[in-house]
Amino acid sequence: MMQLAFTEPAGKLSPKDFASSQEVKWCRGCGDYSILKQVQTIFPDLGVAKEDFVFISGIGCSSRFTYYMDSYGLHGIHGRALSIASGVKMANPELSVWVISGDGDSLSIGGNHFIHTIRKNFDINMLMFNNQIYSLTKGQYSPTSEKGKVTKTTPFGSVEEPFDPVALALGAQARFVARTIDSDPKHMRDVLLRAHGFRGTSFVEIYQNCPIFNDGAFELFSDKHAKKEQIILLEHGKPLVFGDAQQMGIYFQNGRPRIAPLGDPQFSEDDLWIHDETDRVKAVILGMFSRMVQDGRPFPRPFGIIFAQEGETYEAMLYAQIEAVRSRKAKMDLDQILSGTKTWNIQ
Amino acid sequence: MATGPGIKSEWIEAENIVVRFSGDSGDGMQLTGMQFSDTTAFLGNDLSTFPDYPSEIRAPSGTVAGVSAFQVHFGSSAVFTPGDRWDVLVAMNAAAFKADFPRLKRGGIVIANAAGFDRKGLSLANFPEGANPLEDGTLDGYTLYQVDFNKHTADSLKGIPLQPKEVARSKNMLVLGLLFWMFDKSMEFTVAAIRDKFLDKPDIAEANIQALKSGWNLGENMEIFTTRYVVRPASLPPGTYRNVHGNQAIAIGLMAAAEKSGLGLFLGSYPITPATDILQELSRYKSNGVLTFQAEDEIAAVCAAIGAAYAGKLATTTTSGPGLSLKTEAIGLATILEIPLVIIDVQRGGPSTGLPTKTEQADLMMAFYGRHGEAPLVVLAAKSPNDCFRMAFEACRIAIEHMTPVILLSDGYIANGAEPWRFPKADELPAIRVQFLDRTNGPDNTLLPYLRDEQGVRPWIIPGTPGLEHRIGGLEKEDKTGNVSYDPQNHEKMVRLRMQKIQNVERDIPLAELDSGTTEDGLLVVSWGSTYGAVKTAIRMLRNDGLGVAHLHVSYLNPFPANLGDILGPFQKILVPEMNSGQLVSILRSRYLVPAKAFSKVQGQPFTTEELCNAISEHYNAK
Repeated sequence: MMQLAFTEPAGKLSPKDFASSQEVKWCRGCGDYSILKQVQTIFPDLGVAKEDFVFISGIGCSSRFTYYMDSYGLHGIHGRALSIASGVKMANPELSVWVISGDGDSLSIGGNHFIHTIRKNFDINMLMFNNQIYSLTKGQYSPTSEKGKVTKTTPFGSVEEPFDPVALALGAQARFVARTIDSDPKHMRDVLLRAHGFRGTSFVEIYQNCPIFNDGAFELFSDKHAKKEQIILLEHGKPLVFGDAQQMGIYFQNGRPRIAPLGDPQFSEDDLWIHDETDRVKAVILGMFSRMVQDGRPFPRPFGIIFAQEGETYEAMLYAQIEAVRSRKAKMDLDQILSGTKTWNIQ
Repeated sequence: MATGPGIKSEWIEAENIVVRFSGDSGDGMQLTGMQFSDTTAFLGNDLSTFPDYPSEIRAPSGTVAGVSAFQVHFGSSAVFTPGDRWDVLVAMNAAAFKADFPRLKRGGIVIANAAGFDRKGLSLANFPEGANPLEDGTLDGYTLYQVDFNKHTADSLKGIPLQPKEVARSKNMLVLGLLFWMFDKSMEFTVAAIRDKFLDKPDIAEANIQALKSGWNLGENMEIFTTRYVVRPASLPPGTYRNVHGNQAIAIGLMAAAEKSGLGLFLGSYPITPATDILQELSRYKSNGVLTFQAEDEIAAVCAAIGAAYAGKLATTTTSGPGLSLKTEAIGLATILEIPLVIIDVQRGGPSTGLPTKTEQADLMMAFYGRHGEAPLVVLAAKSPNDCFRMAFEACRIAIEHMTPVILLSDGYIANGAEPWRFPKADELPAIRVQFLDRTNGPDNTLLPYLRDEQGVRPWIIPGTPGLEHRIGGLEKEDKTGNVSYDPQNHEKMVRLRMQKIQNVERDIPLAELDSGTTEDGLLVVSWGSTYGAVKTAIRMLRNDGLGVAHLHVSYLNPFPANLGDILGPFQKILVPEMNSGQLVSILRSRYLVPAKAFSKVQGQPFTTEELCNAISEHYNAK
């Protein structure tokens, strides 16, 4: 072949270098655009060679993401992206593996892989776009849709309780759990950078608005005014405060979280909840905020890094075990494998 | 050890003998059978063995459900099956007798442990009150050797400091010693094996050896034993042999292919009977860098393998019928991605959970057609325990060199069965060609991930290769570029390209050849998979009787060998015996328009030579 080998242009890559030639075909106003943009924005600065990024996705609107990134990508089958990604990571731990999935893909058809991949702790970054609806099939309720949701398959309202993905991931022993939203690009970039830097399965739930089939699902958390009362931006070592003037706080008293104005004499200063990313017990409680109510008022929704504590990754332990066995047992050559231990000769 | 005829013993020369060791799960029959088989193999007999254990892990002791048996067929001529019926039945208790007496050859030998035929033993085996088959005339016309093995073992081990339980456990060695005497086989191999096994438990080793020798002496000294048998060594091709099970041979074949391709081996699997052994076997080879992944389910197992293949490993997944059902969608993905993937289906009785520990060949249609859409892939089948090695290697070679999923069909019968194997040397195995694309392959420095070579095969491009970033997926792709395309003409073109790629594999596999007979014969019997041994044996017998029957065995099922139609064509009569309701026969009839007839058996049991002989001669003689 007379072709010359392709060589990377010298110099730093730009976000454009991560945009593929394929026309992006999401609906106007879809939250997916923002996520694509933030990923392409941070990628040049991650210190990873372009050829080492791999995107694996399942099925759904979100999963088309793979086609729009100019990186290696495999658009798989419904619910199985994590399993394919785990195979890629075991085969080549040097790759930076990103899984793109939605609430239906991850939590419904792919629920089994979701809990087990998280439990096994492969070093992959999982971005789950949660729009609380099945969009690609044109509007049916999903496992994160609120109870009573009226959709094409539930014209009289759904009768089941939703999952909170954060709570589910923590229940599966996740070591990195974060939540962000399509409408806050800077927050999303910060969370994505942390997810990338974390060694182990990083689970990021991204609230993503579907303007066609579930428009406004996250309005409370994206509206400039409403969100101040409705969200807590978590920061490690900082108190859980929210409100128009950051005047409200979460206190932790007698093992229960309580909403109260800062300085409320019912609570001591020490009761104010200080966020600790490495506290799994409190992380589990944060995962329950989405369904907690105090005197008729829902708890504010936590955003940011809910839990992060590194541990050994599956692939690191897999290869360490191979090395450990090799240190006491020599590699068998093929002739030894073929002959086994007991042979006999026939003349 | 051979002493020549003793004073009292009569010698009978036999060409082939089948011994069935049958007892309670705790009686050590598997070990006894394996030791007996190893010795007969070392001494030059050809043989085939089959273990037959209950599907329950700890069925109640003494009951028919708890019977565990090991069957060995050894001979001075070639042996292709573990045997339909046995010449010698070792029955350690009444339940074992009940389970296995029906298939003892008429006039055969029963060696019964009298201690297992006491009131309790008879009652657990559900014999009517007062009935004892050893005494009620059931065995008229048979040879019965009735010995209290428990008592003899206890007597022979007096003076060795052992718990009564350990003494009782040694009785299988006494039985083995007696069998060695009866067939004039040296005890030295077993003595060495016992010493090796109980290196750090010298008392146990001595007890076992003592029991073994006592068994031999029992034959030598007890008046009742009057007959000994000689089975002369077979004239096997010279060489170095080992014993191998089908599942073990698959594991070795996969490792050999990894070595010969220079690729790392990855196995994603989920435990399922009767395929689990392959995962277990390969997980022992950590020092060779074999990556085994026990996934959370069958789907994750195959998907992880797809991910590993995409990233450049020799990726495989092992399963049985229910697992293959679960994997079908992912196999379709591998088909449209066009990546190498080896899927091993160790078939068992179906549908659904079916008969997990019994054998069947009913997944053939599923292997051919069991995916939605037009999703052709390569299908191979192994014909015997040691052929599992060759076909596993072939499956890997074809998957890699043709960038396609390959389904290899084995089944419970050959997976657990064992036979001597004249294994190859590493350097006799062919190299497997692997080339990862490392530069752009299209005009103007563009990458065409689905540009095909003259075989219709696309390049393998692994993540991490600079400058070749690209996307692949389960959506239909444009010819050459691999970009998503919904164009109707393109879809049909891609369907045909993928089919042609599989068809082209026929240039790369051996032509079909008659196993025996000629096109002049009146009937052709076509077999595939594990029925090979029984069909071959039946054909030999019939041809010896002067019947003009030919035999063709098909190992490469999709694509078929290029000349298959030419071989089938001249025959006026074709019979296809299968352990299903007639799957290959349907494919042959539709593909080649030949007058092939089915001979079906769907009982979870292999064909016996006898039923094959009857069916073949009946069809041969039919108008």
